[in-house]
Amino acid sequence: MIRDITIGQYYPAQSRIHRLDPRVKIICTLLFLVSLFIQNSLLGYLVATLFLGCVIKFSKVPVKYIVKGLKPVVILLLFTVVMNLFLTRGGSTLVHFGIFTITESGLRTSVFMAVRLIYLVMGSSIMTFTTSPNGLTDGLEKLLYPLNKINVPVHEVAMMMSIALRFIPILLEETDKIMKAQMARGADFESGNIIQRAKAMVPILVPLFVSAFRRANDLAMAMEARCYHGGEGRTKMKPLKYKPGDFRAYIITMLYLVIIFMVGRFVPFRLWIF
Amino acid sequence: MDMIHAEELVYEYDKRDEEGNIIGTNRAIDGVDIDVTPGSFVAVLGHNGSGKSTLAKHMNAILVPTGGTMWVDGKDTRDPNELWNVRQSAGMVFQNPDNQIIGTVVEEDVGFGPENLGVPTDEIWKRVEDSLRAVGMIKYRNSSPNKLSGGQKQRVAIAGVIAMEPKCIVLDEPTAMLDPNGRREVIRAVEKLRKEKNVTVILITHYMEEVVDADQVFVMDDGHIVMHGTPREIFSRVDELKAYRMDVPQVTMLAEELRKRGLALPKGILRREELVEALCQLR
Repeated sequence: MIRDITIGQYYPAQSRIHRLDPRVKIICTLLFLVSLFIQNSLLGYLVATLFLGCVIKFSKVPVKYIVKGLKPVVILLLFTVVMNLFLTRGGSTLVHFGIFTITESGLRTSVFMAVRLIYLVMGSSIMTFTTSPNGLTDGLEKLLYPLNKINVPVHEVAMMMSIALRFIPILLEETDKIMKAQMARGADFESGNIIQRAKAMVPILVPLFVSAFRRANDLAMAMEARCYHGGEGRTKMKPLKYKPGDFRAYIITMLYLVIIFMVGRFVPFRLWIF
Repeated sequence: MDMIHAEELVYEYDKRDEEGNIIGTNRAIDGVDIDVTPGSFVAVLGHNGSGKSTLAKHMNAILVPTGGTMWVDGKDTRDPNELWNVRQSAGMVFQNPDNQIIGTVVEEDVGFGPENLGVPTDEIWKRVEDSLRAVGMIKYRNSSPNKLSGGQKQRVAIAGVIAMEPKCIVLDEPTAMLDPNGRREVIRAVEKLRKEKNVTVILITHYMEEVVDADQVFVMDDGHIVMHGTPREIFSRVDELKAYRMDVPQVTMLAEELRKRGLALPKGILRREELVEALCQLR
């Protein structure tokens, strides 16, 4: 069970979105995030909803999965909504009792803000759901490659990321083993307050670190034995290459960006306060 | 030209106390001479701490000798300009299957070596396919290495080395962490490679059963080579082997005991069939 964990929660499927070049997905996700912030109108959000809906449909990732991805941000979401709701002033007052006042623009901002945050998380999780971790590191390496000119070790960072991804399941399994070994000798990880529990973790962390360093040492030797000497003169087994579909994806996203920009500016469309 | 040739090889490292002060030197390898002819299968035996792994690391220039010289395919391992050529000529497989797999997908891991050598993309795919087929792992090309058994991981590691098209493979206790099934899998894969691709194989191990087919066996103890010969010669010297804390294959042991009890069996029986044959011919 613990072996199946993949970081970035990749959802394997055969879809048009999965087949896109990772670079396309990274850039288009960024453009989508930008699109959420350059407009602030009901119609704009409707266009964004339509776009996001289509992408989700094409990606074949179940909506349930994507909604589940929202869980970690619920607190942040509630906090933002509440703060905006009560603290934004402007327009006529809708509700007023005691020190609490809800104004028209307060309601408007908080609702839009909530939608914006939800779409932000959904948009980026679509990217991680449809791109394998390796694809993501490859895409990032390629996109950030120009930074090499100012001495940022792009290849090394990408290599580190992919090795980390490879070792996450191994280290998790090891943690599991160490915990069981400690439990067999009477260690208690479940009772006591937070501080006591944190203290109980120390005997796990120490052997885990020692073994991680040993592994790192072995791996470095194995890599050297296989002639690894940095990114220079290295070829790729799976080089990233743009396909016609990738350009179409760029064009569609650009079109979407233009539409959402125009609609937010020039189409007067209001429903009550929104 | 010898594939691997060592003369008076010495490797010393500093012994340190708790504070890291040097309190002396240890000789892990002490005056070792080795010749390995191309295409042969050579086994190096020895118990823990005998220096056999240190010797293996010299063949891949992970360690360089502090005395004497090591030539791999005619290249001196101390020459920094030849470093990558040496490593390409002599591929190395290590003990721990988890700690030598770099890719998150089997085929990507096998492609890692050729990528480092700067092999063109089409050629990499061809080599990856060939080498996965050679070790019988082509079915698993798209699997995650985490889901493979130890023996399968070790076969992937061997494929990763083969993909670099080395003239010689050094296996440093590749079966030490595997169960008997995994051990058999790996040894079978190595044998197949040797026959099909005609690569030189140097197997470092402490399992006697694995060296029965070797052309030459070296036994190491305390940094020295103490015995050298064909498996049959080595295994007929049971008492000597025991003195070096080595086990002898069960069949050889049994034959030896029977011989001591007065049965007229030949020395150095290595396989079960041989023993059966010899016993049947007794009367």
